[in-house]
Amino acid sequence: MPQLLLELFSEEIPARMQAQAARDLERMARERLAEAGFLPEALKTFAGPRRLTLVVEGLPVAQNDRKEELKGPKVGAPPQALEGFLRKTGLGQDQLVERDGVYFAVIEKAGRPTPQIVAEMVDSIIRAFPWPKSMKWGRGTLRWVRPLQRILCAFDGEVVTFDVDGIESGDLTEGHRFMGSGRPFRARDFDAYAAGLAANFVALDVEERKARILEGAKTLCFARDLELVEDEGLLDEVAGLAEWPTPILGDMEPHFLDLPPEVIRTSMRTHQKYFAVRDPATGKLAPNFLAVANIEAKDGGATIAAGNAKVLSARLSDARFFWDEDRKHSLESRLEKLKGVTFHAKLGTMYQRVERIVALAREIAPLVGADPELAAQAARLAKADLGTGMVGEFPELQGLMGGYYARAEGLPDAVADAVRDHYKPQGPGDSVPTAPVSVAVALADKLDTLTGFFAIDEKPTGSKDPFALRRAALGVIRIALEQKVRFGLRDVVGVASRIRAEQPAGALGKANPDEVLSFFADRLKVLLREQGRRHDLVDAVFALGDDDLVRIVARVEALDGFLHTEDGANLLAGYKRATNILKAEEKKGPLPEGAAIRLPVAPAEEAALVDAVHAVSGPVNDALSREDFAGAMTTLAKLRGPVDAFFDKVLVNADDKTERENRLRLLSEVRAAMGRVADFSLIAG
Amino acid sequence: MSYVQPLSFQNLILTLHDYWSRQGCVILQPYDIEVGAGTLHPATVLRALGPKEWKAAYVQPSRRPADGRFGENPNRLQHYYQYQVILKPNPRNMQALYLGSLAAIGLDPTLHDMRFVEDDWENPTVGAWGLGWEVWCDGMEVSQYTYFQQVGGLDVDPVAGELTYGLERLAMYVQGVDNVYDLRFNDEGVKYGDVFLENERQFSAANFEAFDVEVLKRQFEDMERQVPRFLAMKGPQGQALVLPAYDHVLKASHLFNLMDARGAIAVAERQSYIGRIRDLCKLCAQEWERQQREPSAA
Repeated sequence: MPQLLLELFSEEIPARMQAQAARDLERMARERLAEAGFLPEALKTFAGPRRLTLVVEGLPVAQNDRKEELKGPKVGAPPQALEGFLRKTGLGQDQLVERDGVYFAVIEKAGRPTPQIVAEMVDSIIRAFPWPKSMKWGRGTLRWVRPLQRILCAFDGEVVTFDVDGIESGDLTEGHRFMGSGRPFRARDFDAYAAGLAANFVALDVEERKARILEGAKTLCFARDLELVEDEGLLDEVAGLAEWPTPILGDMEPHFLDLPPEVIRTSMRTHQKYFAVRDPATGKLAPNFLAVANIEAKDGGATIAAGNAKVLSARLSDARFFWDEDRKHSLESRLEKLKGVTFHAKLGTMYQRVERIVALAREIAPLVGADPELAAQAARLAKADLGTGMVGEFPELQGLMGGYYARAEGLPDAVADAVRDHYKPQGPGDSVPTAPVSVAVALADKLDTLTGFFAIDEKPTGSKDPFALRRAALGVIRIALEQKVRFGLRDVVGVASRIRAEQPAGALGKANPDEVLSFFADRLKVLLREQGRRHDLVDAVFALGDDDLVRIVARVEALDGFLHTEDGANLLAGYKRATNILKAEEKKGPLPEGAAIRLPVAPAEEAALVDAVHAVSGPVNDALSREDFAGAMTTLAKLRGPVDAFFDKVLVNADDKTERENRLRLLSEVRAAMGRVADFSLIAG
Repeated sequence: MSYVQPLSFQNLILTLHDYWSRQGCVILQPYDIEVGAGTLHPATVLRALGPKEWKAAYVQPSRRPADGRFGENPNRLQHYYQYQVILKPNPRNMQALYLGSLAAIGLDPTLHDMRFVEDDWENPTVGAWGLGWEVWCDGMEVSQYTYFQQVGGLDVDPVAGELTYGLERLAMYVQGVDNVYDLRFNDEGVKYGDVFLENERQFSAANFEAFDVEVLKRQFEDMERQVPRFLAMKGPQGQALVLPAYDHVLKASHLFNLMDARGAIAVAERQSYIGRIRDLCKLCAQEWERQQREPSAA
């Protein structure tokens, strides 16, 4: 069956947008083809620096004829309605079909030729394409990511003829900008297209480009007994920057190796998009770099390597200048500068923020086993590197540079480590700080951010979270859980708010602790859901008012395990039954107070439940006070049999008032006993 | 033309002039007001607005007071040259034309690695943005290439393509020189340092230490007041005096840069100053665009 080939040839598409563009093109083509009633055999897209390509295999030459049924008015509806329907469909009344008292019109639609449908599809895809940023050019009105230069569109070996805002479709495309023949070539099917591109030095498939880079780079490194420092994000990016990627191994002046390796790598990566290279024997960076060029140069790349080396030297000279200059001043001496840096118009200067973090870190320190003075010292210096030249140049090195500079000054390791690590974790893939002083400063940093922005009502909404408050909250949660740090969230939030309020300029607003707590609860739910825990269990535990993250999660885990047992599931059902009865009674008036007793007239099942409830009460409390939640739940499980038997045999709503009230007391006790472990009423099922 | 290769600094400029002249550009001389970037020349920022076609190329000295290094940094200058090309509407083959200009100055694309790397340009002080690239030659940024989308907060139609070459950096690359002051200025032994080193020393000192902040502040406010005043005045054909008004925006903008270099702008004030300049620029852009659409008014 025939094949469709489409290429949208443009000026250079930003590397970071290419992968998504290939997915969008595939989705849009798929939706439109399906809508036209096609079921192709295969559909594939490619994206590269200058082109988006679509190949569809197995399309018919035309749509099948189609029957469409339109629903009309009811039989016996006013004549105007019927007349209108006949006018709309162009049929006579005798051509309508009657079914279930309604008129239907059956309209035969002749299938249209596929090229017509393709032409419309391409026009609509181009006009609706969801580029993250698009532009106009020349005198046109079309929007594309960069000027769209050509549209190649062939179906079944023939050009599909149309134009989009003046750009006419055809069967011409171009190869590599510099290495190709310099003349456009024709292609009317994918084989000819792929062959033409290959002959003109274009690797169409991003996987092929990546493989060229990786294999070429590794071979170059191997030949000189070096090892490539692999970097997947960078590989993706450079594979989108060259149609004929050609790795080049260059030399870096060795004296730069005394710079911190992170500085060298960041400079290489962010400014120059080079891979770093290491010595396999020592694992340390080697005085080389690996650049990916877009051409196989006629001198074998010597000019390109030399040029890139020169640029890298200039970059690293800048970095060295910052490294040398920065170390001439102590971090302490840079604090003054933070007084002139606004953190947020409503939250004061960066210096004021540092003062708050210092006070907060000092109070948190005992909770996490850190020395309060060291924590305060580290907090004081944590933001000082913002004023350094290196962080000015590479903001992503904040913290890390502070750590280097603190160590260079001879400050204690615990302080230098805390300065370095206090931003952690910076994302789901990042680790949490482990040293106690680091933990204290990291928590103080995040809690100050959270309570500050909540106080000025800058909370995240929807997808907008400009101050990364979700990340901050998640950071606090992860640190607490992974380091098993115990504190009452409400307490520390309160301390953070108090510290802010005590600052001279800090009286603006106050974070509502309930709001902050529920924000944390939401983040915890998201985190636990990612780990496969049910969010209703988090609700059930949060409802108890506990604010110790470690304990909350231990409860959720125990609860999850419990509900997976047969006893747990059945007890939940019994609990729900009990609460439903109690709720109904509560509507009539207050429930009887006090404990249930063994009434002499009580059936055996009632007596058994009274005994069981009274028997578990103590052990459940003991287990809870030991934070043995699994134990508490195992104990609760003993209620399952008596509860089931009770509901099976005993009627709560007895005629006798004494009996009825005793049974309500009993159910209240069951609810209360279970309620100490979790609010089971919030659990689904 | 056959100049000694690699090209001297001035022959690089002459070669670009010759090349863009052949492409139909008006070859202009630098604008005679201090600006921070070649884009701010009215030949770009104003001419990008309105329906009229326009092709121009020129050298523009760019003043970045805070970038001065007293002549001691081999790559940083507080006064340097940009080569600026504007083609409106941008021709379909603008990328090829641009690459042709690089070939003309001796950068052979089969020997060097030329790349168009995403870089979206914006200049908040003139309310302008566009999409394009920084162009890399062997890993070095040699030009900024932009398709303007908005100027002075107004959508442009037709779209102008803008090229900005950093001349010193380009010349250093072409000549294989590591220190800007070692550039051959001409073929008679004059170096870039002979022409500009003293300039850098004196102006770095002035920019960082000597300008009188109170005077700068006052001048800024004076210039700021002049803009609406000129816009309210009428020329012989009844048009608002938008070109003189825009000159005063440029002056205000440079005064702001000087205050900034002197460390006289608090972080909190910064946005507000930039906003004030942008607002003035917008007024000029709107008036200019109106005049361009209604030729009777100009």
